[in-house]
Amino acid sequence: MTEAVEKAEAKLDRPLGQRNDYTAEGAVARQFRKSKEKLTSPWATAAAIVIAVIWTIPTFGLLVSSIRTPTEIRTTGWWTWFVNPSFTFDNYADVLFASGASSANLGQYFVNSLVIAIPAAIFPIAIATMAAYAFAWIKFKGAGAMFVLVFALQIVPLQMALVPLLQIFSQVLGISGTFPAVWIAHTIFGLPLCIFLLHNFISEIPGEVIEAARVDGANHTQIFFRIIIPLSLPALASIGIFQFLWVWNDLLVALVFSGGTVDVAPLTQRLAELVGNFGRNQERLPAAAFISLVVPLIVFFSLQRYFVRGLLAGSTKG
Amino acid sequence: MTAFWADLFDKFGVMVVGLVAFAAVVGIVLFLADRAPKKGRDFWQLLAFVSPAMILLAIGLIYPAIRTIYLSFTNRSGREWVGLTNYEWMFTQPEIITVLVNTLIWVALVPTLSTIFGLAYAIFIDKSHGEKILKSLVFMPMAISFVGAGIIWRFVYEYREQGFGEQIGILNQLIVWFGGEPQQFLQNSPWNTFFLIVVMVWIQTGFAMVLLSAAIKGVPVEITEAARLDGANAWQQFLNVTLPGIRGTLVVVITTISIATLKVFDIVRAMTGGQFGTSVVANEMYTQAFNRGEIGQGSALALILFVMVLPIVIYNVRVMRKQKEIR
Repeated sequence: MTEAVEKAEAKLDRPLGQRNDYTAEGAVARQFRKSKEKLTSPWATAAAIVIAVIWTIPTFGLLVSSIRTPTEIRTTGWWTWFVNPSFTFDNYADVLFASGASSANLGQYFVNSLVIAIPAAIFPIAIATMAAYAFAWIKFKGAGAMFVLVFALQIVPLQMALVPLLQIFSQVLGISGTFPAVWIAHTIFGLPLCIFLLHNFISEIPGEVIEAARVDGANHTQIFFRIIIPLSLPALASIGIFQFLWVWNDLLVALVFSGGTVDVAPLTQRLAELVGNFGRNQERLPAAAFISLVVPLIVFFSLQRYFVRGLLAGSTKG
Repeated sequence: MTAFWADLFDKFGVMVVGLVAFAAVVGIVLFLADRAPKKGRDFWQLLAFVSPAMILLAIGLIYPAIRTIYLSFTNRSGREWVGLTNYEWMFTQPEIITVLVNTLIWVALVPTLSTIFGLAYAIFIDKSHGEKILKSLVFMPMAISFVGAGIIWRFVYEYREQGFGEQIGILNQLIVWFGGEPQQFLQNSPWNTFFLIVVMVWIQTGFAMVLLSAAIKGVPVEITEAARLDGANAWQQFLNVTLPGIRGTLVVVITTISIATLKVFDIVRAMTGGQFGTSVVANEMYTQAFNRGEIGQGSALALILFVMVLPIVIYNVRVMRKQKEIR
């Protein structure tokens, strides 16, 4: 397998999956850059820090709130924490595991979110990779027209599909309000963009690599598993992470297709419910919000490179 | 607690079954394609690769979109043809006109403000110390859900009537500290729409900043340097060198944020539920179709959303294509 990668990289003159070709910086350019570095004015830096602080304060305030006691959350601002610090994980324990009819039950909703998002990220990627390979490397009549159609489907806002798709799920398939319904909906809505992005990547794989495999007698299935998938792994990772986060953060599809019960509905749906009665749930919401933020933030800080790439590529989705 | 673990076990069971079933179906399809008779093998393999995606798209997107267009000309149950009644309703009901106007305000302000803040920030931090950290701080809101962002800002805007305890929202506390009167930011129309827009700007600025920052680094240093040697000050350098150099990216950023803004739903849902005159088209579509059961009116709003998004998407695609050719 590495042989194919080497061949491909030799042809591309850069590691696969790394798009920006890096050119070594000349001495003159470096000097220019250095001279410019000195030019960044302290005022600009100060302004930047002010913006950064303003942008961070709302999230930071919520984080501080989440570790204060319920009475404190209700009666004083989070900034008083600095003069009167307190520390408790009770809010988190309460919203995650407390049982009872009125409890937030986020532990179960967290599980739902995972059970929704993992397959809903894998399914569209798998199907899209297959389609993208066919569009890029199997010659057939109407391939161009079909690809343009898939590409054009990106402009259909998913609002256009909600009512009829829900009717199909509830009246024809009878799966409305189950995990498969949510999986299938997310898969369908994710497909056009995934196919488009993966096609861009897969069509860039050098033809020689695939030709060589064909000469050796490999058919499409073999080429797909032995060449296309290994070579596309970086792209699959980026797009997969984007799709996972999109599903994790989604509210609209969840509201329409999950049925809104603790059996299926994801975190976002429960959070929207809780915030709908802000007065009553005030002391729960900071911890609740952070439970839903923790997964995206971990992905964001640990896989930032893939995350940024996937996000930039997929930002027109929805 | 045991109930929780039992529940977890059940649900992950469903997930594993789903994943295995999916893998089995895909595996069987590809296996059969692999074993297809020599004659017409290419055709069968092609079918195996393309048809799953095309069938799903046809059933789940193409057919529903066409049906939504039809439904927009029917009554609330979707059974009776009513012609243009739903569109007449849309453009004559004062509440729905507010919804349309709000959407226009959103799409005018969010892309503009996000791009200005993002561009300014990208320039300020360019080549400064700690650029990476400063970047991730502003980009972070992009990772979290709109609902989460909504909750974060509900607390920022929280209001306590004067004389009824301390303010717990930082914005009202600041107003009080400066001697002002606390405001109900989310209820006082029409300004409440602007306070919702702030949340979207807060999210999208990071996106604009990351793209524009990359574009600014793509402007050759030699040119800016030459301009500087010619005596151009920082502002002139920006206006005459940097700005023309990043024009393509600017267009992509603005159009992309515009599309996202037109479809904004979660923020309005989580913060006001569309009350107090803050609803937008995407939210109203959901309210009409799923809360009120007005299938016809909901579908008409979905179609309006499509019509609003369409020209921006087409423009966006054309600019992106051109950029690719240049590169």
